Amino acid sequence: MTLTKHLLGAAATLALTSGMALADPAIIYDLGGKFDKSFNESAFNGATLWAKETGGTFKELEMQSEAQREQALRRLAESGANPVVMTGFAFGDVLNQVAPDFPDTKFAIIDMVVDQPNVKSVVFSEHEGSYLVGLLAGMASKTGTVGFVGGMDIPLIRKFGCGYAQGVVAANPAAKVILNMTGTTPAAWNDPVKGGELAKSQKAQGADVIYAAAGSTGLGVLQAAADEGILSIGVDANQNYLHPGQVLTSMLKRVDVAVYSAFMEGADMTPGINVLGLANEGVGYALDENNAALITPEMKAAVDAAAAKIKSGELVVHDYMSDDTCPAATF
Amino acid sequence: MDYATLLQILDSTLRLGTPLLLACLAGLFSERSGIFDIGLEGKMLMAAMCSGAVAALSGSVWIGLLAGIAGSMMFAVVHGLASITFRGNQLISGVALNFVASGITVLVAQDLFHQGGRTPALTGNARFNAIDLPFAESLRGVPVLGPFYAEVVSGHSALVYVALLAVPVTWWLLYRTRFGLRLRAVGENPASVDTAGVSVVRLRYAAVGIAGLLCGLAGAYMATGLQAGFGREMTAGRGYIALAALIFAKWRPWQALYATMLFGFLQALALRPDVIENIFGFAVPIPLLDALPYILTVVVLAGFVGKAIPPRAGGEPYVKER
Repeated sequence: MTLTKHLLGAAATLALTSGMALADPAIIYDLGGKFDKSFNESAFNGATLWAKETGGTFKELEMQSEAQREQALRRLAESGANPVVMTGFAFGDVLNQVAPDFPDTKFAIIDMVVDQPNVKSVVFSEHEGSYLVGLLAGMASKTGTVGFVGGMDIPLIRKFGCGYAQGVVAANPAAKVILNMTGTTPAAWNDPVKGGELAKSQKAQGADVIYAAAGSTGLGVLQAAADEGILSIGVDANQNYLHPGQVLTSMLKRVDVAVYSAFMEGADMTPGINVLGLANEGVGYALDENNAALITPEMKAAVDAAAAKIKSGELVVHDYMSDDTCPAATF
Repeated sequence: MDYATLLQILDSTLRLGTPLLLACLAGLFSERSGIFDIGLEGKMLMAAMCSGAVAALSGSVWIGLLAGIAGSMMFAVVHGLASITFRGNQLISGVALNFVASGITVLVAQDLFHQGGRTPALTGNARFNAIDLPFAESLRGVPVLGPFYAEVVSGHSALVYVALLAVPVTWWLLYRTRFGLRLRAVGENPASVDTAGVSVVRLRYAAVGIAGLLCGLAGAYMATGLQAGFGREMTAGRGYIALAALIFAKWRPWQALYATMLFGFLQALALRPDVIENIFGFAVPIPLLDALPYILTVVVLAGFVGKAIPPRAGGEPYVKER
């Protein structure tokens, strides 16, 4: 048993190191999986775009379990991949330990700040994008009640919910926002049944627009909302096409842009914190043929005006993660 | 809490409790025959994937359902082979099946559809749609019972009613038929059943097969009734909660119904923190509600609420001669 393990390990190392001559960039997807129709898939699209434009190749790795994180990261760094991009806040602690061991390799982490000389931290102003979809939700709601379904209860997801609630209240000061989290363990990202049930219970409380920021669980929310005949809002990638005419919009988080630019910079990547917000098109809302009929010209005008104000700094959306409080909602 | 809210929570309870109930009855058959079944979760997952995939390919939810049952049965047969024929450790076989299911479902779904281990969204006849029971609308005017009938009892997919029917059928099968008597006996004292000239192996295979069938229904309900397609790890630990419910119910069918519906109710209540706050006057942490099924099970196991005695020959492979 141990012998086989060693042999397999050696084979895996060989397989990984065989391509080290070229410094290919590498990407590690988080537990949601490469094709989650959202966060990780967005990252994959960015990497693919880079490969198409430059003709280069990149390495990729899909996490299967929590225990693999450090191993996966070290393997890729040892194989000579440069830069190594990883998606997800959960890599934070591991990267903090691994990065100093590979001073010549550049790392980029999305959704988390890691303070190391060879790490670029890309974070998004999700609260700004969520504010915009919240505005749309507040205007689209006929009942004056809207819902939010988060995945795992972490500050990052509260940041989504908080920005959303601020947007809703800005559009309709009397509106009620129902906030639910799916759970407190990573399983909360993968429970569409519970997501659907949450959507149904929010509908029973009067919600007619529900924003899901919950990975695969969110797909259950969108499905249940479509079944119940109410509107939903997708997240990260453009999810409008999943239920055409029944998804109000999607909060875009341009993970693809982050990955693409990290790959473009290659080994010369500048370390430090990079914030992608409305001003540099890092977040936004989705408008395409699937939801064109749902967004009236007045709604579009209002949301674009708000976006312009946020860009110019005239309007500041409160960031939950800055002080762990939210002016528009209680968690 | 007003009546409408209560009805909504009960409605949710029935939806969330159904997969638990089916899996719990599956475990009941298996464990009553002396075969511990940790692999409920894996079988449900396999059934969810098979039914989701085949329903998407064929466009018919009934063919999908059959495929789900077949997938779950396949796992049941493997469990039977390992623990009955080859007299292996039943717990290890079950755990192994869970691991295999967790990986193979994603692998197959990814290979078939290239959507990240997910099956495509099902629409129309590829899904179990809600059935409105007769007179649901006309009886709505009847005070108290009318809305209850229309909101809670009516408007579920066919498998919910199948699950509820499975409870009396299980009771009848176990306590009123010769097969049931033998099945219970084989879980308590297989040697005496063997002495009476009845095949222990055949009985246990039958029980494991029924467990496969019921898990198949549970998985198919999740993928084609509650949701529109299979997603990675979508059972999210419901097989284990069903096991807890089985202990809570002390391996009896009616109690299994009550236990799973209680657990379903707790899950439904956890979705409505506002209601809890209204009733108790303070916010109860949601993780506590999520953990309550396990806490209750431990309380029962510890002997506070009568004694939970598992079938005596459970977990022991039957060896004719030593």
